[in-house]
Amino acid sequence: MSGPVPGAPGAVPPDLVPPRRRRQRTYSGRSLAIAAASTVVFFTALAVVIVNAPGWTQVQRSFLDGEIFLEALPDLIGRFGVNVRLFLIAEVLILAFGLVLAVMRSLPGPVLFPVRLLATVYVDLFRALPGLLVIYILGLGVPALRLPGVPNDPFFWGVVALTLLYSAYVSEVYRAGIESVHPSQAAAARSLGLTQLQAMRHVVLPQAVRRVIPPLLNDFIGLQKDTVLVSFIGVVEIFRESQIHQFARFNFTPYLATALVFLVLTIPLARFTDWLIARQRDRRFASSVRASGDRARRGRIMGWFGRGGTDR
Amino acid sequence: MTAPALLVEDLWKSFGDLDVLRGIGLEMAEHEIVCVIGASGSGKSTLLRCINLIEPIDAGRIFVEGEEITADGTDVDLIRRRIGIVFQSFNLFPHMSVLDNVTLAPRKVLRQSRSAAEERATALLEQFGLADKRLEIPDRLSGGQQQRVAIVRALAMDPDLLLLDEVTSALDPELVGEVLNVIRDLAEAGMTMLIATHEMGFAREIASRVAFVDDGRILEAGPPDEIFSAPTEPRTGEFLQRIIEAGRL
Repeated sequence: MSGPVPGAPGAVPPDLVPPRRRRQRTYSGRSLAIAAASTVVFFTALAVVIVNAPGWTQVQRSFLDGEIFLEALPDLIGRFGVNVRLFLIAEVLILAFGLVLAVMRSLPGPVLFPVRLLATVYVDLFRALPGLLVIYILGLGVPALRLPGVPNDPFFWGVVALTLLYSAYVSEVYRAGIESVHPSQAAAARSLGLTQLQAMRHVVLPQAVRRVIPPLLNDFIGLQKDTVLVSFIGVVEIFRESQIHQFARFNFTPYLATALVFLVLTIPLARFTDWLIARQRDRRFASSVRASGDRARRGRIMGWFGRGGTDR
Repeated sequence: MTAPALLVEDLWKSFGDLDVLRGIGLEMAEHEIVCVIGASGSGKSTLLRCINLIEPIDAGRIFVEGEEITADGTDVDLIRRRIGIVFQSFNLFPHMSVLDNVTLAPRKVLRQSRSAAEERATALLEQFGLADKRLEIPDRLSGGQQQRVAIVRALAMDPDLLLLDEVTSALDPELVGEVLNVIRDLAEAGMTMLIATHEMGFAREIASRVAFVDDGRILEAGPPDEIFSAPTEPRTGEFLQRIIEAGRL
């Protein structure tokens, strides 16, 4: 890794230690003990302050009623199935529609200008509009037209609205990925006779999609939370269910239970996303080391998503 | 009389204000090997990229086997099948195995079946000592191996003309030899090649003709012995002198 240092055999100057090892050294032994002690003291003090604050008993009664919590939780988890169905269906549609939009915006050439224009206007529009507005217009406005053959199921319109909204964001994520693939890759594909679309499909997109998986997951965390907005057009899902419980008992604990359900879903996904990002950073670090002349093997950081054939 | 394998007429190309190619003319017969030499930035790579139509040209005409490829309405995808190019930085597809790199274009462009394409690719990889690497991903190969795979990838399309753009410039010195050997094999097999290179000794050995490019023009061209031993243009002499001083000839 780093060469021998003149005058200090075996010693490695701190600047030459790669970040990973330095971090390990920092968090070893004494500093770890200090961090643990400081954490315990800080949070104990915080808890004492909160519990002794004026109004704590009211807060406890209104938000932290154990009995109401246990009573509401099974209903809430049951209703959460509606949210899960909503975002799972929407996610599949968003992945596909977002990709179509991104590819439309990435096609070069003057002939395809209208295609690019259309996609650009769409993305600008749906990123600019508040989500709740779109959900209202589609979920309440469109069924009110009473057009023959147009469904009036609020769940259907919820899926449509979320798909339209989030596809705009997701297409931008895809597009960043497409643009991060070096143009020499497309040039190499074209030089072999592949068409524009074949080069996109077989060479650019597979590399782009792998790179944008973490930011895509990030957008999906947002989507999963936004499923509660659909309650405003009449879908009875977890938020509406907690409202029903709140009205019945004049107590806010059901909302806290709902919050907990979302935390349990979202935090692992957020941690997983962070882990993916860290892993990609490690891999980039490794390949930049290689590019500077070190041709060491790198089995450790082999592609997570397999080595990927073209269409196997 | 058959048409020349490649004919370039008064080719002009600029990037913004910068005129990179200023009236290039070049003719190559079948089986001929022309080495393009010249300082960095003289336009060697741009010339090759224009011939492959990766870069749109500003003026001039290019003919391949008598057919003008720069004419309006030419199907560039069809042209590129017949002209292979190998890049300085390999440009292998990092997400595919060596075998998939080589078979992608035959399968998708020439519509070969997977088994036929793989059979041919395996034979080519074997021929160039890469048979045991066929299932590796490119990042796990040395630079020399990657460049050999890139050459095989171009050959799998059976090109009539192969363009080599400084294919050894990105390699560690000890890996240059294996790539040059592959090019020697191709020369022996009669492949028509236009080679931009800084390897003067190699150019002298392999070229039918050497073209010296300076400031976007071909200043002089001729048999390697003539160009290297008795250049007529003073600028060619100066360039070769610098190469000799750098210990590269």
